[in-house]
Amino acid sequence: MVELLPIKNNELILRSDIPDLKFDDFRKALLDFTGEAGQTGQIVQFFAYPDQGDLKLLAVLRSDKLYVASCDAPAKFTSLTAESEKFNLFEREMAEQYGLEPEGHPWLKMVRYHANYTGRPDIFGNDYSSAIPGNYPYFKVDGEVVHEVAVGPVHAGIIEPGHFRFQCLGERVLNLEIQHGYQHRGVEKLLQTVPFKRLPILAETIAGDTTTAHALCQAQALESLIGLEVDAGSSRVRVIALELERIANHIGDLGAMSLDVAFAPPAAYFGRIRGEYLNLSQIVSGNRFGRGLIRPGGVTKVIGPEQRELLVAKFAKLTPEVEHVNDLIFSAPSVLARFENTGTVSHADAVKLGLVGYVGRACGLPYDSRITFPTEIYGELPANSNHVTDGDVCSRAVVRREEIMHSISLINTLLAKPESAGSYLPARLKLAPSAMVVSLNEGWRGETSHCLLTDAAGQILRYKVKDPSFHNWPGLALALRDEGISDFPICNKSFNLSYCGFDL
Amino acid sequence: MLKVLKNRLEQGYRTAKYPKQPITLYERFRGLPEVNRNCYVEIIRRCADACPQAAINSETGQIDLGRCVFCGFCETLSEGEFVRFSQDFELAAAARDDLVTYGDLPRLAEHSHKHFKKLFGRSLQLRQISAGGCNACEADINVLNTPFFDLSRFGIQYVASPRHADGIHVTGPISKNMRQAVLTTYAAVPSPKVVIASGACAISGGPFYGSDEIVGDLNQLIPVDLYIPGCPPHPLTTLHALLNYFK
Ligand code: SF4
Ligand code: SF4
Repeated sequence: MVELLPIKNNELILRSDIPDLKFDDFRKALLDFTGEAGQTGQIVQFFAYPDQGDLKLLAVLRSDKLYVASCDAPAKFTSLTAESEKFNLFEREMAEQYGLEPEGHPWLKMVRYHANYTGRPDIFGNDYSSAIPGNYPYFKVDGEVVHEVAVGPVHAGIIEPGHFRFQCLGERVLNLEIQHGYQHRGVEKLLQTVPFKRLPILAETIAGDTTTAHALCQAQALESLIGLEVDAGSSRVRVIALELERIANHIGDLGAMSLDVAFAPPAAYFGRIRGEYLNLSQIVSGNRFGRGLIRPGGVTKVIGPEQRELLVAKFAKLTPEVEHVNDLIFSAPSVLARFENTGTVSHADAVKLGLVGYVGRACGLPYDSRITFPTEIYGELPANSNHVTDGDVCSRAVVRREEIMHSISLINTLLAKPESAGSYLPARLKLAPSAMVVSLNEGWRGETSHCLLTDAAGQILRYKVKDPSFHNWPGLALALRDEGISDFPICNKSFNLSYCGFDL
Repeated sequence: MLKVLKNRLEQGYRTAKYPKQPITLYERFRGLPEVNRNCYVEIIRRCADACPQAAINSETGQIDLGRCVFCGFCETLSEGEFVRFSQDFELAAAARDDLVTYGDLPRLAEHSHKHFKKLFGRSLQLRQISAGGCNACEADINVLNTPFFDLSRFGIQYVASPRHADGIHVTGPISKNMRQAVLTTYAAVPSPKVVIASGACAISGGPFYGSDEIVGDLNQLIPVDLYIPGCPPHPLTTLHALLNYFK
């Protein structure tokens, strides 16, 4: 077997130490690692980048360890997706970003609809003068009784834009095709070109509801590249912020799921209670989404005695309310009847797609990057475990309920022991040249990852962002197979994926 | 059933008394900046250089609230010497230029079009369009429908169809891929109609300014009537804007 280089989360790697394989060996190594034999092997990052006039591919893979390898990128290469679904979106993304052609890809379609970065001919035959989706016919099912339902980009509620195409047989969904790109605003390109001072602001706005996880990934990656140490007190503040983000989002979603099955009271209660947790983020950071808190080198705000007291008091008040509203939801037969056996993704399919976060855990994939690749002080904190893993809406709801309680107990543990964080030093320091670092954190949706490469002058050569939604959107499409179309809202809410995090 | 009642009792009545009674936000919240007009020009320049959003005029010291993301860095850097962020969340303006400020915004209520108050003062239906931002703006508009804010008690509603709407409320820097959808939705709203730009993104491109994948400023596409700054605007900022501009 070809050697992949084992690396650690946030470890500073010299690019010259990354195995530089021949494409065929690289391809085989990736397929072996993620294929039948290595069932648990998954992709963290797989992207193209420019290197002295040429293009290269780089992959970061995970089992219970992280590995990295690279190779020269042929302009055309034999698709890996033809053998494993795990590569699907990654290959389409590199085709779109760099004009590389994975030959034999079973569904080579654009991802976000934009011109590539290289000036190479467009793989999809688009000139981008016409509106999205350009030169692309949606997947169609033929037949006299088959009908098509098209929804979006502008949806009925106050939510992000995206396009959903259902091919239906009566009420039954045969296929759901999800078209993204409407939120594409060129984040990666900006991250590679803007002045250093703009980086944290961009990280915080990759996906607004995941501000903390993305800010954390960036801060840790830059800390490795610069060689900054973060004190334990700042680490605690970071963990508290990340767990607050998780609690607020899960609570909001459970309320919304209850509303989607027409049980209104918990939606009103959890709608308000979610706001209480956002307000706690505001007490810590000054912003309801945790903006302005995490910066390379530490945190801008400490949790002093006053903030600690406020948090402890609010937690004492809110925790029983959360328990009671959860109990209300999960003991209502009308709710459970709608949650159970709806939108099921099998364990086997979840492995094949590489689903992450609560979506993966609800399918029996226990992976949690807080446990497998702990950052900050997660190594010292107890893990969560889930027992309802049937892959349906109900499992996703139960997993989220359990994660809320786990996060509450983590924060209580951290608040019990006062510790002061050191003040943070806002300074532009030099990045290590010709280096690479990959950062993983368990955002509320799952594994969130940033990978940075620097050039010989210590400038950012490639900045790759991966939101967990990138793994999980295909899971939603699969969950809808053979479901009633009226179950789409509840399935969608149980996943609650990010459009902007996907679209970048 | 018993559980429903027990929860109902526990939850009680939670709707805020705002605007009848003021609300005080926690001191760390960054609202309206108060610029020190006597600040040394070197300090202003340092802040202007360090501002990630290029929101500070290095000559005058004014801050452009349409660009600012309220990260607080200028306050930290100058140790409060150049600017302090107050907890005043009433930030909206009817003219783009008014957002360039020392912290003395004109009173919004006196600057709205009189016919808007007449037309929409008792009932206002808005179609929200999300166009390329980070979704935090949308999240904090949605929150207005929770019991704490209870927007509908003011006769203001967000509706599904632009045909039922009196105007559009746009968030995000208008990604190129949403440009057409924004125009189409706007066209589908019957006249007279109002246009609201919410968040740094819709006003100036926000964190994504300079990207060639965005339009970057709603005003380039359609004339904007009401600007609500923030990243995202606090729900109370939005509530204040809607009530003062239309009521
Ligand atoms: S708070 Fe506003 S003006 Fe100050 S540095 Fe941040 S973006 Fe610039
Ligand atoms: S203004 Fe800020 S919060 Fe609103 S969409 Fe843009 S980046 Fe997100």
